[in-house]
Amino acid sequence: MLKIENVCKTFNQGTVNEKKALIDLNLHIKPGDFITVIGGNGAGKSTMLNAVAGVYSVESGSIFLDGQDITRQPEHQRARLLGRVFQDPMMGTAANMGIEENLAMAFRRGKRRGLSWGITKEERESYVEKLKSLDLGLENRLKSKVGLLSGGQRQALTLLMATLQKPKVLLLDEHTAALDPKTARKVLELTQEIVTRDSLTTLMITHNMKDAIRIGNRLIMMYEGRIIYDVEGEEKKNLKTADLLAKFGTASGGEFANDRMMLS
Amino acid sequence: MGILFTILQAIPSASSQGILWSVMTIGVYLTFRILDYPDLTVDGSFALGGAVSAILIVKGMDPFLSLLFALMAGMLAGVATGLLHTKLKIPGILAGILSMIALYSINIRVMGKANMPLLGEDTIVTRLSFLSPSKTVVALALGITVSVIVIALLYWFFGTELGCCIRATGNNEYMVRALGGNTDNMKITGLFLSNGLVALSGGMVAQQQGYADVGMGTGTIVIGLASVIIGEVVFGWGEHSFAYKLFTVVLGSIVYRVIIAVVLQLGLKSTDLKLLTAVIVAFALAIPVIKQALRPFFAAMKSSAVGKAG
Repeated sequence: MLKIENVCKTFNQGTVNEKKALIDLNLHIKPGDFITVIGGNGAGKSTMLNAVAGVYSVESGSIFLDGQDITRQPEHQRARLLGRVFQDPMMGTAANMGIEENLAMAFRRGKRRGLSWGITKEERESYVEKLKSLDLGLENRLKSKVGLLSGGQRQALTLLMATLQKPKVLLLDEHTAALDPKTARKVLELTQEIVTRDSLTTLMITHNMKDAIRIGNRLIMMYEGRIIYDVEGEEKKNLKTADLLAKFGTASGGEFANDRMMLS
Repeated sequence: MGILFTILQAIPSASSQGILWSVMTIGVYLTFRILDYPDLTVDGSFALGGAVSAILIVKGMDPFLSLLFALMAGMLAGVATGLLHTKLKIPGILAGILSMIALYSINIRVMGKANMPLLGEDTIVTRLSFLSPSKTVVALALGITVSVIVIALLYWFFGTELGCCIRATGNNEYMVRALGGNTDNMKITGLFLSNGLVALSGGMVAQQQGYADVGMGTGTIVIGLASVIIGEVVFGWGEHSFAYKLFTVVLGSIVYRVIIAVVLQLGLKSTDLKLLTAVIVAFALAIPVIKQALRPFFAAMKSSAVGKAG
């Protein structure tokens, strides 16, 4: 489904702040894979997702999505195949527009936007149904500005928007990290529900190792721009956080203690 | 009483001025509020509209048809700014300044000189003089008609898929790209519409005042911003529909003209107006900060009032 081949990405190339964010990265994702991605700060997790999404171009290597070479495609063009949820709840929605207007924008992902009405009556009815499934009471507030919603509600809405048109790959960039623990759990449950229901191929970054083990069928660990551990199936299910910590410890030479990897 | 009389006296002619300029103000609203892009091109495109309309009339074109060409010329200017900003990655304000400066030369080229009088020419005002002998009434009727049509068209347009995508771009362009919208094209389209309206307004103003001048656009952006903000502050309390918001922009443009007329009556020189406008805009933009600073003061007043009552 998604193939990342020998991708390199360097920030601030040729300056003192040069940072090799991705080094010769390779990853093959099969259809239906639900992969969790862990790693410390600066490991290249978000860079990998952004490289797939086309937020910036990569120096070398290729990215194939559904058999198509998308390496040189601009971000908005790739978007027709990708669903994305960001860490910052403000990023995924337009605050000054209504809930239904945001959904209507998402509904038109990958379609030509012309001069027909921005929202039709039929789609409005379908939005009510979809919003009911979130169980947040948003179905009665179609016209409300998204800026009035809480971070958790916005994130749930973004998730719905990202999957309104079934994406080839769903990219979740620590989408629960900015939420309080209870809301984070709720959004994560919702994620699992939607991914299972639509059997979506998913790449999810998380800082929570327990979630990373519990959720999905495959886990990868990144360190300094490389994938240092890749495990799936039974082997992944039987992992313990201690195993991951040990892995991480060997890779980083024991400097993990001061890192942000959480054990909750 | 004196000042009240002055205001009342100023209203008719200020309204006719304000409503012709309001089409420009709506253009500024599109970029400033909807696209969140302070576009300085308008100083050039307003004069461009005047220049194009004036030269075409002098060459014998129908004055109404000349406005269509003014509109299109302005649209091209907007596209130029849009391309500078999106394709060449020039920061928004600088892209506008570049277009504005370039248009100064272009406007002189268009007219062949810096000033083009329309004395004795057929203009929209003379064409419509059958409506009323008063030029003020004619300008008012024309301005109301055009702004109602413009508001209706924009109301429709910003309800369409494309219009929604432009609004979303001004709101959160990351989201728009993630949802497959081409934000570059959205910005260019917004600038295209905005500058078209600004130039249309410039064409109408030139015909109404009887000449086009290369300097007629100077300060247009600030007048536009002042009108938008005055409209919002005076008439835009609370949640409103898009059509109403455009309507408040028109009202803001009229109120701006009334304020100008009154201060002129009070003895300021017309050359002082740009300073005054800048002060109005600076003050209006500072309102949130001022409110914040005054909050403790109001709170103290409130509590002392409660204390006395108790």
